[in-house]
Amino acid sequence: MSTVYYLIQNMLPVAIPLLLVALGGMFSERSGIVNIALEGIMLFGAFFGALFVFFIQKSQIDPQVIILIGMVVAGFSGLIYSLLLSFAAVTMKANQTITGVSLNMLIPAAILLFSKMFFNSDGITTNMNFYIRKVPVLGDIPFIGEMFFQKTYLTVVLGLFFLVISVIVFYKTRFGLRLRACGEHPQAADSVGINVYFMRYAGVSISGILGGIGGFFYSVGVLDGNVNGHTGVAGFGFLALAVMIFGQWKPIRILLAALFFAFLRTLAYSVVLIPFLDNLGINQTYYKMLPYIATMVVLAFTSRKSRAPKAEGIPYDKALR
Amino acid sequence: MENYIVEMLNITKEFPGIIANDNITLNLKKGEVHALLGENGAGKSTLVSVLFGLYQAEKGEIKKNGKEVKINNPNDANDLGIGMVHQHFKLVEIFTVLENIILGVEPNTLGFLQKTDARKKVMELSGKYGLKINPDALIEEISIGMQQRAEILKMLYRENEILIFDEPTAVLTPQEIKELLKIMRDLAQEGKSVLFITHKLNEIIEVADRCTVLRKGKYIGTVDIKDTTKEELSRMMVGRDISFNIEKKLTEVKEVVLSVKNVTVPSKLHKNNAVKNISFDVRGGEIVCLAGIDGNGQTEFISALTGLEKVSSGTIILGGKDITKSSIRKRSVSGMSHIPEDRHKHGLILDYSLEENLVLQRYWQPEFQNKGFIRFHAVRNYAECLIKKYDVRSGQGPITMARSMSGGNQQKAIIAREIDKDHEVLVAVQPTRGLDVGAVEYIHKQLISRRDCGKGVLLVSLELDEVMNVSDRILVMYEGEIVGELDPKKTTVQELGLYMSGAKRNTVKEIDNAE
Repeated sequence: MSTVYYLIQNMLPVAIPLLLVALGGMFSERSGIVNIALEGIMLFGAFFGALFVFFIQKSQIDPQVIILIGMVVAGFSGLIYSLLLSFAAVTMKANQTITGVSLNMLIPAAILLFSKMFFNSDGITTNMNFYIRKVPVLGDIPFIGEMFFQKTYLTVVLGLFFLVISVIVFYKTRFGLRLRACGEHPQAADSVGINVYFMRYAGVSISGILGGIGGFFYSVGVLDGNVNGHTGVAGFGFLALAVMIFGQWKPIRILLAALFFAFLRTLAYSVVLIPFLDNLGINQTYYKMLPYIATMVVLAFTSRKSRAPKAEGIPYDKALR
Repeated sequence: MENYIVEMLNITKEFPGIIANDNITLNLKKGEVHALLGENGAGKSTLVSVLFGLYQAEKGEIKKNGKEVKINNPNDANDLGIGMVHQHFKLVEIFTVLENIILGVEPNTLGFLQKTDARKKVMELSGKYGLKINPDALIEEISIGMQQRAEILKMLYRENEILIFDEPTAVLTPQEIKELLKIMRDLAQEGKSVLFITHKLNEIIEVADRCTVLRKGKYIGTVDIKDTTKEELSRMMVGRDISFNIEKKLTEVKEVVLSVKNVTVPSKLHKNNAVKNISFDVRGGEIVCLAGIDGNGQTEFISALTGLEKVSSGTIILGGKDITKSSIRKRSVSGMSHIPEDRHKHGLILDYSLEENLVLQRYWQPEFQNKGFIRFHAVRNYAECLIKKYDVRSGQGPITMARSMSGGNQQKAIIAREIDKDHEVLVAVQPTRGLDVGAVEYIHKQLISRRDCGKGVLLVSLELDEVMNVSDRILVMYEGEIVGELDPKKTTVQELGLYMSGAKRNTVKEIDNAE
C-alpha cells in the first residue's frame, strides 16, 4: 500500500507540468496555430521563475507564497516569449513548425550563456524548500489525505485549479466557442464577424502563460527549484505535445493522458521500491526510457484516428476564401 | 419611382485580366424572390460578394432604402440586415447546429454562454418557416439539406431581411430542392427579400418573381418571370438559342471495349461490400449510363474501375487486356480516359497552371520531355492548341492557375485533356454537375461525339434528364448491385425512378436468360 501512496505522491507533481503545458498547446492549436515551441516556452518560464526564486529566497517570505508569485512571473515570461510565435505565425504568416523549432533552439543556448556569464554555472540553483510534508487537516483524511495532501507540492492543487478554469473557459464561454471556431473553420468565424487574428493571438498567448507556468512547476515539482540549460525540461514540452494529441485536444482527456505519462515516468524512477520489477535485474536506464517510448507507441497507434483541429497550421488569409 | 430595398447601381469590379462586373445594376424589391441568372463566370458571385462586403467595387454605388451605404466587410452587410448562404457552407463541423447559429452573436452574461434563450428563439424560427433541424446535432453528422437549413436559420436568427442564396440547389437532392424553393417563397411572403443565384432555369420559373440576367460580366436585362419563358431566359443568358433536346445520330455498335466481370469492392464506410458482384460490357459506339441515387456504390465502383482503389474480386478487361491489377498510368495508356466526379480533388491540380494540367496525362511522352526535362515549348504549344480546340476560357491563357478558373472551364480543361489522348473508353462521372446550361450542352455534345467516333462511353449520372437523353443504355445501381438494364427509348422517368429507389428490379442475368 505504501508503494501505491508513494507512486501517486510522486506522480502528481510530474503530471501537473505536462497537464498545464498540454492545455496550453490545446488553446493554441484549437485556435489554429501549431505550437511546437512549447518546450522553449516552458524553459523560458522555468528560467525566469527560478531566477525570481533565486533573488527572493533570502527574504523571509513563505515558500508557498513564493510559488504563487513565481508562477505569475513565469506565466508572464511565457506570454512574452509566445508573442514571438504569434507575431511570426499570425501577423507574418510564417511557417508555424519552423518558427516553433527555432524558438525551441534559442532558449537552452540562451540559458547556458546567461548562466555562465552571471552565475558561472550551467543554470540557476536555488536553495528553497517548496516541499509540503503534510497539509493540516486535509492530510489527516484516511486514504485521500495520504494520497493527495501529504508529501506533495502546492503546484498540484494549482494545476488542477487551472484545469477547471480551462474547461470552463473552453466550453462555457463566448471566448471559448469563438476560439474553437477559429481553429476549425476560420472563414466561417470571419463571416460572422469574429476577428480571427485576435483569437489566434489570444490562443497562443494562453499557451504562453500556461506553458511558462508549466515550466516553472516542472522546476519546482521535479527539479526542486533548479533550472539548467543542458537538460532543460527534459523534453517535457514535446511530451506535452504527445499528451495533447493523445488527449485529442480535449481538456479532460489531456488530464488522463498526462497522468498516464507521469505514471510511467514515476514508475521508471521507483523501480527499486517495487520488488517484482527490481528482481528482473534490468538496468534502470531502460525503465527511464519508458515515457518516451510510450509516446512513440501511443502516437503511432492513436494518430490514425486522431482528429486535429481542421485549420491548424494554415495561416489565415482573408483574401483566400 | 418604385420602392427598392436594395439598389446596386452601375457596379464595376475588375480583377487582374478580367472585368468581372461591367456597369451592372440590380434592384431588389421588398418581399420578392429575385433570381440572378448567368453562366459560370458571368459575374454573379462577384456581384453578390460586392453586396455582402467581400469585395469592394471600383465604381458604382449601393443604396439601402434609397440611402447610399458603404459595405466594406461582412459585418457592415450584417448590420444592414444582409445575410448570405454561401455555396460552400460556413459551418464549423464539430459544433452543434445551435452553436453554429449563435456563433458571432452569442447571447451571454459576462462572457458565459446562455444557450437556453437562443435555443427557444431558434426553435421558434424553425417552426415558423418549416426549417426542420435538430439543434444539438453536430454539423458533421447531419445531411447537406439540414446544414443548409442551419445556414438559413443563421440569417434569420440575426434578423436579416435581405437573404442571398449562392447556388443553393447545386448540392441538394430533388426533394430537398423542392423544400428549399418552398421555404424561399415563404420567406418572401413574410416580407424578406430573397436574392437567388442560379443557372437552373426550371427553378427560376418555379420560384422567382423577377430575374436579372448577366452574361460575361455585362448586364443583359431584368425580366418579370410571368412575362417570360425558359427559352427566352436561356437566350438572354447564353446569347444564342439552346436546344434542350439532344440530337443523336444512329450509330453502329461495335465490339466490346470494356468488360466488367463479377466485380466486388469493399466499402470504406461500413463492413459490407459497396459494390456487389456486378458485371456488364461497354461496346464501342454506345453511351452506357450507370444511373442511381447517390451513395449506391457508384463512387466505389468507379474508383475500382479507374484504379484509385482495389477490387476484392472480379476482373476488368479493357480492349482485350486484363487491367484488374494495373496501375492507373497503365490503364490510362491502355485506353481509359476518366473525367472524375470531383474535379478539384481528382481532376486538376488546382495550384498548377492550365498548361501543366493539360499535359498531366502525357508529360512523360517523348513529345513533351527529353531525358526527364520538360520541353516547355512543346507543352505551351500543345496547351494553346487544346485551349483553342475546346474553347477553354481563362484570364491569362495557358499560365492561368487552375484554381482561378470557373467551374465550367475547369471541366472543359479536363475534358480536353482526357479526350485528346488516345482512348477506347471514356469514363465520365457526373460530368455536368454544378454547370450551367451552356456548359452542359457542350459536354453532352462532346460525349456524343466520342460515341460517334466509335469509342465507348460509361457515364455515371444522378440527373434523370441526362440519363434519359444522353444514354443508349441504362444500368441502374441500387445498394451496390445492378438491378436493371433499361432502354431509354422504351422506358419512362417514373419507371427509372422505381428501379433507382429499389422498388423494382430485373437483374441483368435474367435479361441474358430471356435472350
